[in-house]
This record gives sequence, C-alpha cells and structure tokens, in this order.
Amino acid sequence: MPLDATPARNGTIAEVNDLSVRFVTRDRDVLVVDGVSFTLAAGEVLCLLGESGSGKTVTMRSLLRLLPPSARIGGRIDVAGHDVTAMSDRQLERLRGPVAAMVFQEPMTAFDPVFTIGTQIAETIVSHEGISYRAARARALELLELVQIPSAARRLDAYPHELSGGLRQRAMIALALSCRPALLLADEPTTALDATVQIQILLLLRQLQRDLGMATIFVTHDIGVACEVADRVAVMYGGRFVETGPIDQVIAQPAHPYTVGLLNSTVHEISRGAPLVPIPGGPPDLADMPPGCSFAPRCSAKSTRCDEIRPVLAPISAGRAVACHHPTLAGAKP
Amino acid sequence: MYLYVLRRLLYTLPILVGVTLICFSFIHLAPGDPINAVLPENASADVVAQVKAAYGFDKPLPVQYLIWFANVLTGDFGLSIMTRRPVLSEVGPAVAHTALLAVTAILLSFVLGAGLGLAAGMTDRRSTDRAVSTFAVFGISVPHYWLGMILVVIFAVKLHLLPATGMGPSASDLTQFGMEDFRHLLLPAITLAMIPAGIIARSVRATVAEIRRQEFVQTLKGKGLKRPRIFLHVIKNAAPPTIAIMGLQFAQLLGGSILVETVFSWPGTGFLLNAAITTRDLPLLQGTVIVLASFFVLTNVAVDIFQTLLDPRVRRV
Repeated sequence: MPLDATPARNGTIAEVNDLSVRFVTRDRDVLVVDGVSFTLAAGEVLCLLGESGSGKTVTMRSLLRLLPPSARIGGRIDVAGHDVTAMSDRQLERLRGPVAAMVFQEPMTAFDPVFTIGTQIAETIVSHEGISYRAARARALELLELVQIPSAARRLDAYPHELSGGLRQRAMIALALSCRPALLLADEPTTALDATVQIQILLLLRQLQRDLGMATIFVTHDIGVACEVADRVAVMYGGRFVETGPIDQVIAQPAHPYTVGLLNSTVHEISRGAPLVPIPGGPPDLADMPPGCSFAPRCSAKSTRCDEIRPVLAPISAGRAVACHHPTLAGAKP
Repeated sequence: MYLYVLRRLLYTLPILVGVTLICFSFIHLAPGDPINAVLPENASADVVAQVKAAYGFDKPLPVQYLIWFANVLTGDFGLSIMTRRPVLSEVGPAVAHTALLAVTAILLSFVLGAGLGLAAGMTDRRSTDRAVSTFAVFGISVPHYWLGMILVVIFAVKLHLLPATGMGPSASDLTQFGMEDFRHLLLPAITLAMIPAGIIARSVRATVAEIRRQEFVQTLKGKGLKRPRIFLHVIKNAAPPTIAIMGLQFAQLLGGSILVETVFSWPGTGFLLNAAITTRDLPLLQGTVIVLASFFVLTNVAVDIFQTLLDPRVRRV
C-alpha cells in the first residue's frame, strides 16, 4: 500500500519541530543540526542557505532519514502527515520516491555507473507502483522528455558516463520526479555544473516545480541561486537557523550580521560596483561551539551578551525571524 | 568488440614465444643434461655422442631452439626422453587432471570467498568483518602442503572418511565421474582452494565496502529501492574486479601445485613439471610449459573480455 502523499488539512507538506542531528562515533559526538524548526506549505519553495558544514544538507536529508548509521535524530519531522522519525525501514522505502524525492549534487557519482539511465529510472517506478518493466520504461521516456533531454529515446539506453554533466542532472531530476513526489529535495543541484548549464537547470527546476505544484526544499550556498528559485529562505549557521523570511525581504534588508556578511561577499545585483567583503574568520567547529551566539567570534557587531547568551530565533516582522541580539534591520527590536 | 578479441589473441603470440625462450635458456643454464639421466654411467663417449646427435643436442643452442619451434608450429612437440612417448600424450592427461582439480578448487574458493567477502562488506557489524578478515589472512598465509597433510591426518587417517591420496578410478574421464572420484577430489580441492578463497574474500570485502561508500548507493536508498535490489546494484559493480582476481587465481591453479599434487599424489601438471625438471627431460618440459602458458594467457584474455562485457565504462574497440 502506498503512503498517502497529500498535504495535511492546513496545507503543510512538511513540518519540522526542534530537529537535532548528532553524529555519534566511538570517539566523537558532534551536534550537526541544533534545534531547527520550520513548516513548508504545499507548492512552496524553501531555500536553506549557508556555507559548507552549516548543517543544511543534513537538515534536508533528515526529511528522508537518508543519513549515515552514526546519525541520531531528535525532535519531530512530519512529511505529508507521517512521522518520519518513527518510521520502520519498510515505511521509509515507501516514503522515498512517491512522497518525497531527492536530487543530488553530483550527477556523475549519484548514478550507478553500470546500469543505463533508463533502467535506473524504470526500476524506481517498478519498485513503487508494481507496474510492468515495459510500462515503466515508457514512463521513463516521458520523464526524459519532460526534463527536455534531446533525443530522449536514445538517452534511455545510455550509461551515465555517456552523458554530459547537464544532461546527467536533467536525468537525475527525471529520476526524482519519476514517482510524482509531493516534496522535492534538491541538494545543491547546480553546484557541480558549468555556469551556463547552471541557469538552464535552475530554470527547468523552477518551471517543473510550478507546473507540478511540488513543494521544494533547495539547499545551496549561492545567494544568486536562492534568489532565482526560492519563496522563503532560511539562513543556517553552525547547525542553527539564524534568519528566516521571504527571500526578497531578506535580500533587501538582511537582519542577521551573518546574512549581511554573505551578501557583502557575493556578487549580486544590489551590490554591483561595490567591493566584495569577505566574512573574517572561518566556519565554527561543530564539536566545540561557543556557549553564546555561534557567529559571535566573526561578528563585527558583537557585545559581551553575545558571548554569554545564545540568541533564539524570534520574530521581527510578519513572516520574518532572526536569532541575534543586535539585528541590523532598521527599527527592529531584539 | 570482435576486433578487440582478435587483437588480444594476437598479442598473446609474442608472450608465448618469450615464455618458451626463457624456459629454454634456463634449463641450459642449470647443470646436468638429459643424456646423463637416460644412459648408464659407464656408457662410452661414442654412444653418448651418438645419442646426443639422435636428439639433436649436438647442435648450437639457438639452432636447437629454432628446430624445436618449427616442429611445434607443425603440431609436433617431440618425444619425451624418459618415456619415449609423444610429449602431447604426456601433457594432455596431466592438464586434464589438474584442470579438474583447478575448476573444483576455484568454484569452492569462489563460493567461500565471495560469500564471506560479501557478508563482511555488506555488514556494519565489526565482529563479522573481523572474523572474515581473520579467515582471509589465514587462507592466504597458511602453507598449503602443511594444510594438506593436516587434512589427510584428520579426515583420512583418524576419521577414515576420505581417501588420503590419488585420483579416483575413472581419473579425469568426466563421463565416468562417480562418487569415488568425488571423494578423492575433495581433500586436494579444499587444500588448493584455501589461498584463492582468502584472496577473493579479502578483495570482495574491500570492493563491496568501497562501493557501499559511493554516492550512488545514497541515490538507490533515496529512491526507496528495497534491500535486495540495492544488493543487486552492489553485486554488479563488484563483479568486474572480482572476476579479474578469480581469473588470475584460476590461471595459477591450472599451472598445478607441485607441493599439493605431491602430497596427494595427484598426476597433474605440477607432478609432471617436477618430473621433467629433475630428469632434465627438455622436450617434455618445454611442451608442458608452452601448454600451461597458453592456458594462463588465454584465461587472462577471457577475463578481460568478461570485464568489458560487464562494465560499460571499459568498453574497448
């Protein structure tokens, strides 16, 4: 029996409450995601923005529980009304694909090199819908056409190494869409691609997302990519959300010093002509986090309070929240 | 693809010529000659010269080699000096005997090695992994003639379960293969299987563990495939390197093991080579070596072709 993939009555497709993920091995215990909460409405695009090691990928993968065995998940994750943290392996198999599907960062390594693209898409459909392999291959062909792969029929029998990076990522998207998921998880889907191909893939993803009405979580470190696709953005730092809000507002008026730093260090339309300013210091050591604000060591606006008390994510205006004692947004009270 | 096979087969010819050349030079570097071994010690110089001329040993070495080589091209491998029978009729049965042993041993070692290697590679349990690694190290490092003797002591001498030595009544005539032949085959096959089993187990374990760390396994899990299907993906990825290892091991087994065949009195190529070397039976030695070298090289070609069929990335033209 397939899992129900319809959004809950209030229109949310995913609800994450106080999610924490720690990686526990014999000699290390690292808290990678710390108290993350968000809800995602059906058809909405949320962008998780942050540098590498900020916990954005782990947060996203938690929604499918696609984490290494050393991961310990705390908190609650609901996807289409199912409690993911309480699922058995069998239930997870039915969740992954038809309810929520994932597009991986590196299309070269994300496909099995010794099976054809067509087989890898068709086997997914067969596994979930129990239809014949022939019918599944016909669907696979439709999917390759949907993601605008030229001469799709021939590409069905191609091995991953025979396709270019852009075509491989299109095939990856076709694979993710193969069981008509209600929620699409995209893990830096354009990072491994050439700049010209990146924008094509982004446009394709946005168009498919709108046409199919899928809710999407998009993980990226690239503000430009976030602007292109997102409705809402959540900026992550050191495993926590430091700022959330509608993408246009956050870009226009960033409230958290880290978001400001990110914007100042990237090329985008608003900063055209201005010099790029890197954020001083490096990302925090997750095994040795400061007791107060995790961004304090790199922050220009920090006070003694920042070193002692960890700021909580608090609303500053409609739909926006920031975790900072000294938000830079004009008129905002901490 | 056919062109590739043809080219690979052509490449084997210079290898075979090289092997016989090296073998020919080595036997002449060693002291002693075949004539001393056949003639009585008090034979007159005249008789010695006569016999030498009859076998062609009076000619310069390069000429001797060329004559032998030309004969081989016409299918004539000469006569064994010791038995005075055609070399091929000596080598043929020996190769068949060893092949029976080698095929049984490689099948055994594949079942054992691949089974244990898969178990160790697929598990996250440290204890299973350790146990398999221990077995692999034991298999690779145990001296097999010693293992052979221990097995004989346990199963033949103490328990009287299996015969200690020799081939069964129907030798390598597979049409007559019966229970008694199987009982004779068991101990030497197990002994010979130990090293390849250890090597295969270790290689499969490492290959599978490496494949499981690859990103595409996350994709397979991420699209909700069931465990058996994921297992199938892992197997197909692990097959090409495993076949390569097995091919090498099989080729080595075909060469016969002098020690194991001696322990079990198995009339195979190892046995024959040993006899040919100790009696300086040059035609027999050369004939055996070229037959074995051909098998070795052909096995490797077969392995390459297999790998090419299994892994689309190495498709060669």
